[in-house]
Amino acid sequence: MADEALFQFLHNEVIQYVYKSAENGEMENGRCVSKLEHLGFRVGQGLIERFTKDTSRFKDELDVMKFICKDYWTSVFKKQIDNLRTNHQGIYVLQDNKFRLLTQLSSGKQYLEHAPKYLAFACGLVRGGLSNLGVRSIVTAEVSVMPACDIRIMIKQVN
Amino acid sequence: MAVCVAVIAKENYPLYIRSVPTQNELKFHYTVHTSLDVVEEKVSAVGKALADQRELYLGLLYPTEDYKVYGYVTNSKVKFVIVVDSSNTSLRDNEIRSMFRKLHNSFTDVMCNPFYNPGDAIQSRAFDSVVSGMMVQAC
Repeated sequence: MADEALFQFLHNEVIQYVYKSAENGEMENGRCVSKLEHLGFRVGQGLIERFTKDTSRFKDELDVMKFICKDYWTSVFKKQIDNLRTNHQGIYVLQDNKFRLLTQLSSGKQYLEHAPKYLAFACGLVRGGLSNLGVRSIVTAEVSVMPACDIRIMIKQVN
Repeated sequence: MAVCVAVIAKENYPLYIRSVPTQNELKFHYTVHTSLDVVEEKVSAVGKALADQRELYLGLLYPTEDYKVYGYVTNSKVKFVIVVDSSNTSLRDNEIRSMFRKLHNSFTDVMCNPFYNPGDAIQSRAFDSVVSGMMVQAC
């Protein structure tokens, strides 16, 4: 489908843009990832509002996570999360064996160091979506073998 | 139809509140404020209830002598409250539902507006006109 390619191209360009403007000294270098993450956060907030419009109310946290893994992930990345693990104490690990934003990159070790910038936006998407559903969290991502990635969600307990 | 429409944020502060100008505005603010307790009650009771009752529409929150107050909670915990005149007996439940649906659609559009900052008061003309559409029908 065309929109799939468009999203990937746009995403790549956004990354390019952010890193280029950092090179030109318009922004501090270390802030690129957090900038991308923040972009994702705002997009996630809007998206979740739209996607949850016709669903029934969520029962609990796990229900929210299932929604993120199935419907949300399918809408954005055209596939479901392959594996969801949790320790039932506020940590969830979402495993995607073929993460779409990494599929265009070589599956060897060559570009492994560049993986973080391609994951920052997705992390933001998840964090933004969760925060709009009333779940405050910290989202990080890990890549060990190229197209697969683990997204780790730590829920911040509300005091 | 409606005499007052309010949108209340996750943290229970008003994002948008508008009532018909002919009547005492403050009274409606009180009415909406009072209704939040009932919303809270209904939402927290849902956890124990049957699965098919987990609807966004909360139904009639409480009737007063002159008004009926209806509530709706989105998945993002934003509350919509609509106050209608009790004398308007012709109003059906699914009409209220469709009003909330319209309101929710419009709110989603506001949320997806890149110039809107989530958590700010709603100052959208499109949203305004949707709300006006609900209130005008009264006259």
